[in-house]
Amino acid sequence: MEEGRVVPQSLQQAAAAYEVVREAFGGAISDFDANEFMPFFEVLETEKWPDIALFMRDHPKLKFNYLACLSGVDYPAEEKLGIVCNLESLGVLGHRIAVKVKCARNGGSIPTAAYVWHTANWHEREAFDMFGMQFTGHPDPRRILCPEDWEGFPLRKDYAVQESYHGIKVPY
Amino acid sequence: MQELGMAEQGSIRVSRKDNNVVVIEKDLATEEMVLSMGPQHPSTHGVLKLECLTDGEVVTSAEPYLGYLHRCFEKHCEMVDYPGIVPYTDRMDYLAGMNNEWAYCIAVEKLLDIEIPRRVEFIRVIVSELNRIASHLVAIGTYAIDLGAFTPFLFCFRDREHILGLLEWASGARMLYNYIWIGGVAFDLPADFSKRVREFIDYFRPKAVELYKLLTENEIFVKRTKGIGIMPPEVAINYGWSGPMLRGSGVQWDLRRNDPYSVYPELDFKVPVPDGRFSDIGDCLSRHLVRALEMEESLSIIEQCLSKMPGSEGFNPRSAVPKRVRPKAGEVYGRAENPRGELGFYIQSDGKSTRPLRCKARSSCFVNLSAMKDLSKGQLIPDLVAIIGSIDIVLGEVDR
Amino acid sequence: MTFSAIPLISLPFLMGNNLNAWSDALAGLTISWFPLGLVIIAAIPLVFIALYALTYGVYGERKISAFMQDRLGPMEVGKWGILQTLADILKLLQKEDIVPTSADKFLFVIGPGILFVGSFLAFAVLPFGPAFIGADLNVGLFYAIGIVALEVVGILAAGWGSNNKWSLYGAVRSVAQIVSYEIPAAIALLCGAMMAGTLSMQQISVLQSGPYGFAHFFLFQSPIAWLPFLIYFIASLAETNRAPFDIPEAESELVAGYFTEYSGMKFAVIFLAEYGSMFMVSAIISIVFLGGWNSPLPNIGALALYDWTTGPVWGAFWIISKGFFFIFVQMWLRWTLPRLRVDQLMYLCWKVLTPFAFVAFVLTAIWEIYVP
Repeated sequence: MEEGRVVPQSLQQAAAAYEVVREAFGGAISDFDANEFMPFFEVLETEKWPDIALFMRDHPKLKFNYLACLSGVDYPAEEKLGIVCNLESLGVLGHRIAVKVKCARNGGSIPTAAYVWHTANWHEREAFDMFGMQFTGHPDPRRILCPEDWEGFPLRKDYAVQESYHGIKVPY
Repeated sequence: MQELGMAEQGSIRVSRKDNNVVVIEKDLATEEMVLSMGPQHPSTHGVLKLECLTDGEVVTSAEPYLGYLHRCFEKHCEMVDYPGIVPYTDRMDYLAGMNNEWAYCIAVEKLLDIEIPRRVEFIRVIVSELNRIASHLVAIGTYAIDLGAFTPFLFCFRDREHILGLLEWASGARMLYNYIWIGGVAFDLPADFSKRVREFIDYFRPKAVELYKLLTENEIFVKRTKGIGIMPPEVAINYGWSGPMLRGSGVQWDLRRNDPYSVYPELDFKVPVPDGRFSDIGDCLSRHLVRALEMEESLSIIEQCLSKMPGSEGFNPRSAVPKRVRPKAGEVYGRAENPRGELGFYIQSDGKSTRPLRCKARSSCFVNLSAMKDLSKGQLIPDLVAIIGSIDIVLGEVDR
Repeated sequence: MTFSAIPLISLPFLMGNNLNAWSDALAGLTISWFPLGLVIIAAIPLVFIALYALTYGVYGERKISAFMQDRLGPMEVGKWGILQTLADILKLLQKEDIVPTSADKFLFVIGPGILFVGSFLAFAVLPFGPAFIGADLNVGLFYAIGIVALEVVGILAAGWGSNNKWSLYGAVRSVAQIVSYEIPAAIALLCGAMMAGTLSMQQISVLQSGPYGFAHFFLFQSPIAWLPFLIYFIASLAETNRAPFDIPEAESELVAGYFTEYSGMKFAVIFLAEYGSMFMVSAIISIVFLGGWNSPLPNIGALALYDWTTGPVWGAFWIISKGFFFIFVQMWLRWTLPRLRVDQLMYLCWKVLTPFAFVAFVLTAIWEIYVP
């Protein structure tokens, strides 16, 4: 935040929401990144993610009942995969925040949030399909967009298409 | 070769046999019949496979299988620079091309921090609202034909032709426009555009009433859609529903009002939310009602824009379009109210390149369709068709 | 060769109801032992069907639906597309005859045959004029109602023989629908038979003739006759699988229901059978309730309109027009109303039409007995 610049209200609300989560979970989450585009914090202890999610959904000061978007992201420099969740309190408190959760690139896993927000079910399936991180506890861990027997995870930065699929030449 | 994701879930097993053959096995309860409303079917609105387990006429589960129209939008975004992504966004929800482009441009313009000229904003609103009406006409027409009423479909398409003609006049294309660019629009509106749009509005208002009387108030239609596929509001929010779906469940939520962008704060329009008098809240009829009533609101928005819009003397639609789009480092989630719900773009930029690091499209239809499996438990097969029609999916957006 | 030329040559256009001389003469026309005349008499209604009711029924459907939907319909083949159906039939004749390998061949092939036969057998008892009737059975009405049941067998054979779950669904729904709706249909027609006192179709038409034109029609002869008329009309829509009862062929749900797997000439046969039964049902309702081949115009004083518009050719004209009128109404309904769901359809039959049919039956009986 620059000196002398008016802090937008959405950022203030997000910071206030962050404080509530920080109080409950302490060091399990990182510091608040108060950038003006998408304020977020990162969950450092990934096993605690479902608890944090449930807390954020149900706490009366937070009430993040709407998971707008859960995107899978590849961090090739850090050798990590991650998800970015955009949460909103729709119709209740009106504030928004983003949460990041990261895991190791090969064999990493993130606990599922599908039981907290039903949207996450398909979003996590898509993230798994495209990036390959496992979502432990997911009720239906299958690929969603690619065929069930596709090899590889397309949106990774180092993805190379397979040579053939059921006899059809893939790269062209 | 990377490891296959081995999945085992209930009655489905994916495994690899000796000679590198992948086997997908499914169990089946003996009384149930597997009915595949397969990728080619007149009423699944595109290539969607619904695998229904039915017990007689009652559906015990209807699971959507996606991916038939997956065109790797997100991978393309990483290869193409920011302005070049605009035509790709058109092709996601191809019935509402202008709205898609606008949602994307909103996201990128947040990172770029440019000021959009006022006339550009009004032009964007006008073409997007026209596209909204066109999209709702298709939704209503195809819903009618799913339920057996053949004539409203033709009426809807006849009226949609006028809109497509107007949009072709403005942008050069009938369906996939590439008109709303980052920072502006591609061309200015033609000279007599306002006049023709007003003529269209006068022509369409009575037609919308006629359509309402023919279809929405028709007793058989009401019987087919009332009380079917009820979705309570809290569950709808939890499933991530947005747009007409959420308003059909009684939640007063419209991004144009609740998270306003562009010149919407200056415009006066109602957000129709059914109140349970004509339909049950959250059923198929409510969702259809929202779409039918929204068309009238869009007409009034367009009229207001035409009168408030600044003139075109000395106007260059591309004046704020940057020569090279190189946003600051950061991430943003930008969204807009599409005819089918909230279309959001999560864009991650590294500040140095002209291509996004990651561009995820959060598509409304994908999220709306995810509730299909639970919404269809215990329904009859014809009701399944009614529910899918009311969700109003476009596979281009579901699969990207 | 016995051959009476004189009554034949004096073509009785203006001979009034005295057609019988003509048809008696024609009946007498035999070439040695072969009853050529009788064959001609029987063939006239059937040739009529093949040419008009089907080809122009199909053409009419396409044009009427087009005008209702604000478009033009067939315009290329012939002036205003009149030859379109002929072109379609020629095209379908040339198509490859496909039988799916996993289909039950016998049932698959015989299904459309039974359908076609079932819907055409009823034309034998329809009177197209005072003397034009294929077979003047004295249980003609009973026969006409019963023959529709034969279609059910055809539909089941087609649906099961296709070896396709969607076809099976369509066939099963169709059978349930047809069998259920036969009951209110039959009861409604029984009301008409009660008013006539006979089951013979020709007699029913004759009893509705008289100088006051439409006043003699059974529809206006009893204050309650509109109820069985309406019931039979609705039930007949269900019998012929027309919208809003076209669940069995619900395009958007079941692709094409029980005839999904059919292509080429077999498809044409099923299609024509549907239009044939549409005409049959329209003809039955106009015979029983609207006077059949009788002219609706009354004699008003010096303008003896009834007498001027009666005769063998006029009779054929009237029944054809009335049949086409009901076909038009059926098409009109198809293109306006959405489709009823299966359970709503069954509800309508058993809980609405059947009780009202019984009520109409009792009231008609009371009227006939106690009112002279």
